[in-house]
Amino acid sequence: MALVDFFKKIEPDKKKSPLLHTAYDAFFTFAFTPNTVTKGGVHIRDGMDLKRLMVTVVISMQLCYLFGTYNIGHQHFVAAGQYLGFLEGFHLKLAHGLIQLLPIFVVAHVVGLGIEFYFAAKKGHAVEEGFLVSGALIPLIMPPDIPLWMLAVAVAFAVIIGKEAFGGTGMNIWNVALLARVFVFFAYPLTISGDQCWISGYEKIADGAASTYGWFHTGFFNSIFDWLGLEGFNTANKVIDGFSGATPLALAYEGGWDKVTTVFSESQMLWGAIPGSIGETNKIFIVLGALILIVTKVASWRIMAGMVVGLIGTTWMLNALGSTPFMTVTWTQHLMMGSFLFSMAFMATDPVTASSTNTGKWIYGILIGFIGILIRVMNPAYPEGWMLAILFLNTFAPTIDYFVIESNIKKRLSRA
Amino acid sequence: MIKLKFTFCLVLLANMLSAQGQGSGSNMLLYSVIAVCAILVIWAMLGLASNLMKIEAGKHGLDPEKENYGVFPGLTDLFKAKRPSYAVGGTFHKFDKGFDINLEGKPTGSIEEGNVSRFAIRPTDFNGMSPIPKVTVEVGDEVKAGDVLFFDKKRPEINYVSPVSGEVVAVNRGDKRSIADVVILADKNISYKKFNTPDINEIDRATLVNFLAETGVWPLINERPFDLVPALDVVPVNIFISTFDTAPLAPNTNVVISGNESSFQKGLEVLAKLTSGSVHLGLDARCDHAPANGFANAQNVKKHWFAGPHPAGNVGIQIHHTAPIKGSDKVWTLGVQDVITLGNLFLTGEYHADRIVALTGGELHTPKYVKTYQGASVADLVKGNIKEGENRVISGDVLSGKQIDADSFLGFKDDQLTVIKEGNDYELFGWLLPLSPRPSISGTIPSFGKDYEYEANTNTRGEKRAFVVTGQYESVLPMDIYPQHLMKAIITNDFEKMEGLGITELTEEDVALCEFVCTSKNPLQSILRQGLNAVQEQS
Repeated sequence: MALVDFFKKIEPDKKKSPLLHTAYDAFFTFAFTPNTVTKGGVHIRDGMDLKRLMVTVVISMQLCYLFGTYNIGHQHFVAAGQYLGFLEGFHLKLAHGLIQLLPIFVVAHVVGLGIEFYFAAKKGHAVEEGFLVSGALIPLIMPPDIPLWMLAVAVAFAVIIGKEAFGGTGMNIWNVALLARVFVFFAYPLTISGDQCWISGYEKIADGAASTYGWFHTGFFNSIFDWLGLEGFNTANKVIDGFSGATPLALAYEGGWDKVTTVFSESQMLWGAIPGSIGETNKIFIVLGALILIVTKVASWRIMAGMVVGLIGTTWMLNALGSTPFMTVTWTQHLMMGSFLFSMAFMATDPVTASSTNTGKWIYGILIGFIGILIRVMNPAYPEGWMLAILFLNTFAPTIDYFVIESNIKKRLSRA
Repeated sequence: MIKLKFTFCLVLLANMLSAQGQGSGSNMLLYSVIAVCAILVIWAMLGLASNLMKIEAGKHGLDPEKENYGVFPGLTDLFKAKRPSYAVGGTFHKFDKGFDINLEGKPTGSIEEGNVSRFAIRPTDFNGMSPIPKVTVEVGDEVKAGDVLFFDKKRPEINYVSPVSGEVVAVNRGDKRSIADVVILADKNISYKKFNTPDINEIDRATLVNFLAETGVWPLINERPFDLVPALDVVPVNIFISTFDTAPLAPNTNVVISGNESSFQKGLEVLAKLTSGSVHLGLDARCDHAPANGFANAQNVKKHWFAGPHPAGNVGIQIHHTAPIKGSDKVWTLGVQDVITLGNLFLTGEYHADRIVALTGGELHTPKYVKTYQGASVADLVKGNIKEGENRVISGDVLSGKQIDADSFLGFKDDQLTVIKEGNDYELFGWLLPLSPRPSISGTIPSFGKDYEYEANTNTRGEKRAFVVTGQYESVLPMDIYPQHLMKAIITNDFEKMEGLGITELTEEDVALCEFVCTSKNPLQSILRQGLNAVQEQS
């Protein structure tokens, strides 16, 4: 193949410029499956490799990306009291969404991949694919208005302390994407919790607060829309009176399911036209993504099933107690709010940080469901529990495996 | 476990009820707690009765582990896989885990003459043999089939003999003057060395063992764990023979046995004299027809039927499910053709190392069965039958066979030769958009149905990575073993864990399928061998 020859010609020298060579190698193996052949052991190999595995996960969350981008714009205009119909003002909503999302996506990848490339070059091995998924997940779990420097710091923290310090892909203890989020959560709590952070494009969420359109809104997109004869961004847009920006979870904490349904309808929550982290609002698309992962056997259905079981069991116990309005919320209603499904499909199923035995996966999933709901319902300090529950169980996954493995060993010894 | 599942169902049921009747939550809780308690009490009583029945059954000499003598059927009984009608007698095991790799190049047609002129026996085919065995022949010597070629200086009583008669044409040496192989140019008509066969019903075990060692059939026996030629004083707790091979393109043993039924039966009878336990026969219950009579009607053995995808035919899997290796136990395994050779020795007094060899793989013009002898020359076997281009010749199957040179010889135990394409090509976006069909257990790669025969090549299909995916090895290994944790224990040299996790129950061919499916492309077979060697040194 002529193309291969061309690429081979421009290969940088490994000794002289290791970083350049690492980058070259990463892109080369991205474009071409290497020509290496099996040696010793099996002579044929399964067509599956880590790149394909990771890209399957990334593909399965694409619908969340599409919807999330649009929903950023939709929430922005709902706050301004304009284009209340979901598809009204389509171009404006999409444009605003892209303006918010693309920088987040780019910064997450540039910082994360940059660090990965640096460490790979330093250790002298190929760039591992783990960050393909972490990098795709991080934008989805951030609020749309997150300052980019904050995101960069969080990603750097997650990749360096959470992953490279442990030896890279496959060795980390905690989920890298969640580590980035938890860093923001504890270091800069106001940017990622409360009612202020889920609507983008305003100075703050208060009656009459002005919009913060930049050059991309008024210069770039407005001129395109002008030329196309479409409406543009109006700099006079401001938050309408009485708009709170509260998420369903915040409302449920105050007044249970009744309070939630006064603001959001059930189908609205199901389809995700609600404020929240970028990718976690549309439950239908998340379930579709989860199904892709289950059918292709990329993610463990045991963990997902375990989490649902844990959620149902715990909710039922809380329902039975029923001492606060939030405790009376049923499990189906819990599924519709917050980020349970997203965490279940994409976060808890990370094979590196989850339990590695099949029995352990059930225990791991059920415990996440249990602890996550407890945090969500009982703890006023944390509006949502999955991030903390998953990181907590990440820590204990090796312990769960230890007991599963020990029981296997005991069984074998008892035979003798 | 059943109790747990049941209680869990109950909790779910009660939950659904409570979801309907909101507001009366605490009442519901009370009622369901009472219901759970009541049912648990009843369950406990029934369980007690069931256990008493089992104890009673045990007193009458029945095995409550194997058959259900309890009050009610267990879950395993309800969902027990159905035996095929021909699988009568013995135990039946059906596996869901595993994967059949369907490749092109299956052998077909009747058995042809091999027309092989050169044969070789390689000391390196035997684990643990010293690198420079004592070669008792010189180039130019005439030998008969059954004449000694060499022996291990550590164990001079075990002879390694010539499979054919003819002239010794080469004693090749490898690294550090080790013996690579002893090559014999075969006569047109094979003449055999005559042995005085003892009557197996009369001689004692020690004499029998010495006779087997002298006549050269002893090295046909494989000792587990560690895959060794056994020492003469070892008494195996059991002997296992798998009568079918499920590896990709493996020869059909029904072809092999036809005409050799009496030799096979004789071999089984000899083996029965050697073990303190029994001879176990693993039989094929995968097809819609019964295996050949030579297998199905074998006498003096314990039969076990196995159904399910590869590796159901691996003897290691069969041992695990019938009489697993305990502690420092040793068991022996033999291939079907090894048993036939053993039987023939006692029927004729001669060492008949005839082998039906399957020539397989997509890079042969006509894959077929040929009749030849142990250690046949590959060049002679595939003469005029091999396609142009860069090929890989494998002695054995594509999963656990050994790559050999085209001018080399088949392995001592191998009855299959596979020739496939070398896959040393770059593939544009091969990981993202695989353009040619390839076998895979992954749902992300299109499957073309069970009957589609894939073209095999040796590309690694990606680069080696750290262990990432979990549960993948377990999904193709029908054993109660955690392969990934075992591999990590081997890598970290944790002996206690290696043994606890069952390293002694495994050999390379058992984890070969795990290695095939490994997303991170790790060399599991060589890691396992490294662990086995380490454990062997310790013991």
